Amino acid sequence: MYEPELELHFEDLEKQRHAARFGMWIFLASELLIFAALFALYFAYRVHYPDIFVEGVGHNAKVIGTVNTAILLVGSTAVAVAVNELRRNRTRLGAALLALCALAAVVFLLLKSWEYAKHFHDGIRPGGAGHFFAEHPEPGWPLFFTLYFAMTGLHAIHVAVGGVIVGWLAWWVARDGVGRAGAYRVELGALYWHFVDTVWVFLWAMFYLMGKHG
Amino acid sequence: MRTNYLNHETTIWSWLSTTDHKRIGVMFLVANLLALLLGGVLALVLRIEHLTPDQTIIDAATYNRVFTLHGVIMVWLFMIPSIPTAFGNFLVPIMLGAKDVAFPRLNLASFYIYLLGAAITLGGAIYSGADTGWTFYVPYSSTTMTPVLPILVGVFVLGWSTILTGINFIVTTHTLRARNMGWRDIPLFVWTIYGTSVIQVLATPVLAMTLVLVAMDHAFAWGFFDPARGGDVVLFQHIFWFYSHPAVYIMILPGMGVVSEVICTYARKDPLSYTAIAASTFGIAFTGFLTWGHHMFTSGMSEFDAGIFGVLSMFVAIFSAIKVFTWTGTLYRGQIALRSPLAYIFTFLFLFVFGGMTGVAVATTSLDVHWHDTYFVVAHFHFIMVGGTLTAYLAALNYWWPKITGKLYAEKWAMASVVLTFIGFFATFFPQFLLGNGGMPRRYFYYAEHFQALHVVSTVGSMILASAFVVTLLYLGWSLFYGEPAGDNPWGSRSYEWFTTSPPPPHNFEQTPAFGHRPYDYHKPIGA
Amino acid sequence: MNDFLRRLLFLPDQGATFSARVDHLHFLVILVTMFGATAVFATALWFTWRYRRRDELTLTPLVRAPVALELAVVVGLFGLFLFFWVLGYRQYVRLRVAPDDAMEVYVTAKKWMWKFAYPDGRRSLGVLVVPAGRPVKLIMTSRDVIHSFYVPAFRTKQDVLPGRYTTIWFETVAPGVYRTFCAEYCGTDHSRMWADVVALDAVQWEAWRAGADPSDLVAGMLHGDDREHGDRKLVSVAFAPSGVVQDGEPVSMAQRGLEVAARKGCLSCHSVDGQPHIGPSFRGLYGRVEQLENGTVRVDEAYLTKSMMEPMADVVRGYRPVMPTYLGQLQPAEVGALLELIRSLREPLPTPPGIGYPQLPTNPQDGPAQSYEADRGLETIPDESLAPAQAPAGTPGAPAP
Repeated sequence: MYEPELELHFEDLEKQRHAARFGMWIFLASELLIFAALFALYFAYRVHYPDIFVEGVGHNAKVIGTVNTAILLVGSTAVAVAVNELRRNRTRLGAALLALCALAAVVFLLLKSWEYAKHFHDGIRPGGAGHFFAEHPEPGWPLFFTLYFAMTGLHAIHVAVGGVIVGWLAWWVARDGVGRAGAYRVELGALYWHFVDTVWVFLWAMFYLMGKHG
Repeated sequence: MRTNYLNHETTIWSWLSTTDHKRIGVMFLVANLLALLLGGVLALVLRIEHLTPDQTIIDAATYNRVFTLHGVIMVWLFMIPSIPTAFGNFLVPIMLGAKDVAFPRLNLASFYIYLLGAAITLGGAIYSGADTGWTFYVPYSSTTMTPVLPILVGVFVLGWSTILTGINFIVTTHTLRARNMGWRDIPLFVWTIYGTSVIQVLATPVLAMTLVLVAMDHAFAWGFFDPARGGDVVLFQHIFWFYSHPAVYIMILPGMGVVSEVICTYARKDPLSYTAIAASTFGIAFTGFLTWGHHMFTSGMSEFDAGIFGVLSMFVAIFSAIKVFTWTGTLYRGQIALRSPLAYIFTFLFLFVFGGMTGVAVATTSLDVHWHDTYFVVAHFHFIMVGGTLTAYLAALNYWWPKITGKLYAEKWAMASVVLTFIGFFATFFPQFLLGNGGMPRRYFYYAEHFQALHVVSTVGSMILASAFVVTLLYLGWSLFYGEPAGDNPWGSRSYEWFTTSPPPPHNFEQTPAFGHRPYDYHKPIGA
Repeated sequence: MNDFLRRLLFLPDQGATFSARVDHLHFLVILVTMFGATAVFATALWFTWRYRRRDELTLTPLVRAPVALELAVVVGLFGLFLFFWVLGYRQYVRLRVAPDDAMEVYVTAKKWMWKFAYPDGRRSLGVLVVPAGRPVKLIMTSRDVIHSFYVPAFRTKQDVLPGRYTTIWFETVAPGVYRTFCAEYCGTDHSRMWADVVALDAVQWEAWRAGADPSDLVAGMLHGDDREHGDRKLVSVAFAPSGVVQDGEPVSMAQRGLEVAARKGCLSCHSVDGQPHIGPSFRGLYGRVEQLENGTVRVDEAYLTKSMMEPMADVVRGYRPVMPTYLGQLQPAEVGALLELIRSLREPLPTPPGIGYPQLPTNPQDGPAQSYEADRGLETIPDESLAPAQAPAGTPGAPAP
């Protein structure tokens, strides 16, 4: 069974674990602010070009977006339950749930790639490239879709990283027989995944839901 | 000689793979000084060019690259890391009675990320150099033919070094304080490092994204800010300054921490109000995030917005004023010994207050319309950055030199350096206020003939300032080989770093420390 | 007192109606803040002497500032800063909001020149002629990057943006010539992107509107800090405003080409007299074999047209690749006119009745046409063959000057 090593400069393991968690939370705050700049751009330009943004949202497939949201939530549920199970020393179940989350990441990325391919096929590429923009020459269109690609692209990179982290944790838990003592490390990975999931919920709203109704 | 962090392992690999915060601090110190040297040489090139109103030694295209690189190096390779990575790293754990920072391996990673970022940035500069200015305004930076990408990528990487260092210090301060050390017992320097780290962690990511956006526009023409595709060039300025204004507080707050330490030690006195200094740190950190628009009064923003940003800028000034009042009041009824670190601090006090007051002046919106993008602004920020932060950095270097190296330096030479620094600085930058008043814009290669006299004075001043720096390097270098052993506490300070050996042992304290006093308890005998 | 402080602080003349008021606030803020800085420093020095260390053992007292003092300092300083802000903000609004009766002029900034267009159709490059003592509002946009219109004598400045219009206004106090700078970094020649504001009194303003040359009107009223700069002789050499005012239809294609070259800014970088500047001179260019970075090229219509549309393609060695593209900016007739201009400047010149140096037509009532070169003290080659093609003698007001 895995036992964490007490580092020289920490008084006790509890302090060490607390420091790790605290550090992760601060790191996630930094990550949030990276996205914040893009959110700011989206909302600023949405104020400039309200009709185009609303119509642009209509061009994104709500179904894929919603399915992706569900997939990420499945992943989040899986990691949360995994941490709980590990705290009860249920190593194999924990590893399996973590693997499930990693799988969710893969499925998400596959769906996203398919969606991007559809956009390219429709003549929608970043930077206003593609025949779609010849048909829709108003200045706000390139902005909407470039922001779409930039924000979902940046997010997809984070999903990939999260998938790798969770996948590695699944392998580590299985290999080292991790139980209660190592659960806090899995919790760090889970925190990252939850962050990625939360950001997606906002992107889902901004790019799939905030359009015309009916 | 007793075992200390310098002599217990001496191989190169032991340094390159160290997780000892003291060694990492020393490596950062060397790197920072090299960056300062490089940025300083570039500044001298600019100043020599300005000896005559026309071309002197370089052409306009080169000039534009030189001032861009000067700004990039000074801001991101020197100013931002300087005091936190060198002195923060070395001292914060010791001041807290800890054995290291919370994440020592992350600390080492921070150092290598810094080196990587520096290499990419300088590589781009050597290859051809960007000519956008350190502020990368679009659409110039998205359309210039010069290679901007290396600098954008390099600074992006450097930003991660800053963020990781910030995370480390915040967690260290929360979790590694000695057993009986409450929040009101930590030295004031730690408070400023903590406040700086909060800003670093929250502001730097916004810069990272801003750089990515410029890079996308420049390399792939994604058009985030292209008016033809609906983009807004002023929006770039908003997100750029949202980081870059708090960045200036990253640059000054650690210096303010040094001021507190040095004044209390050499005046041998309790600060007039510990709470005021600690709390005003967070006042600056918080309100600093709200004032970015004062860089943009003439950018095309509405008068209403300009008003808001103007009044918020006045708020920030108040917190600095509280610190200055408290520092000056701490001298009252002290037992003051005017040693060179304190002399540097007096230089800081004069130049920072002078520069800070011109900050209040430029926040007076109508006046800024004339001064914006002129040498007045250049003078203002150099008064704060050089007259403030660099002076504090030199004070820190002198003050903690005995602790870091175990050697004393020659006080007379140090004092000479202070005097040269003050004279050189003032001669360099005071004329620039007048140049700005006269209407000379910044980033100008050619200038009107009647400005020449002021430029010549400024250039002579820069030579004096450079010589001060050379003197500093010489006497400090000399002391490494021939200096007297310093002893644990050559200044008779109560702050905690002086309660271990100089240099400290590998794990900072030979026994787990239980300090029996508060760091500024000069009104009580030790042990009481 | 106002003038003493203005000179002490190196401030330029107070050329606009609000300049003096801005300066007064400047004096107040600077004097108060300098006094404050000095007071703090003097206090610190006094304490250092008065409380210098007597021995190594004496303890210091625990001093806490009375709350009343702390509050007084904080509230007092904050009040002072707010007071500055209120005054500054009110002034700022006045600086920014033009009076309703302001005369409007349209400004286009592009690297590295200022172009002015008046509602009545007149256009100008580099010189903004305005009536003194009347409010003038500029409506500005940029053709490329951000620039900034800055007149130090007026104490006002406004960024000029691509894709948007921004405005600035001023009212000059008296006739005069006021140098204008670009104050937002915009590349290689940012520091030479100048213009002049020429403020004329009522009589001269009417004379200008009737077609007088502004150089004549400003003789004797120049502010003396202008001079030759750098490695080229500026068009705005000390005693004349920097720009060229043109309106109306020239006669020959070459002359039209000169007009287009002036209007489109070609003359900012290419001279017609043989002096190389940012770009090769047009004189002697046609037919020459030029050295490129790789290989050579013969300058013909194809090469000239390509240079206008794809300027980075074949840059003559020794010149920087800074020419902007004119793709989409020139009508075919204008391209043709430019080609004709350059052809007309080739060496050796064909013998008469070939085309000679083009001449800028001016008001026919002024007598013989002034040549572009004579205007600027450059070498002229007279060509009488052109004279009869000018205004038919004695026809007032034709062709439009």
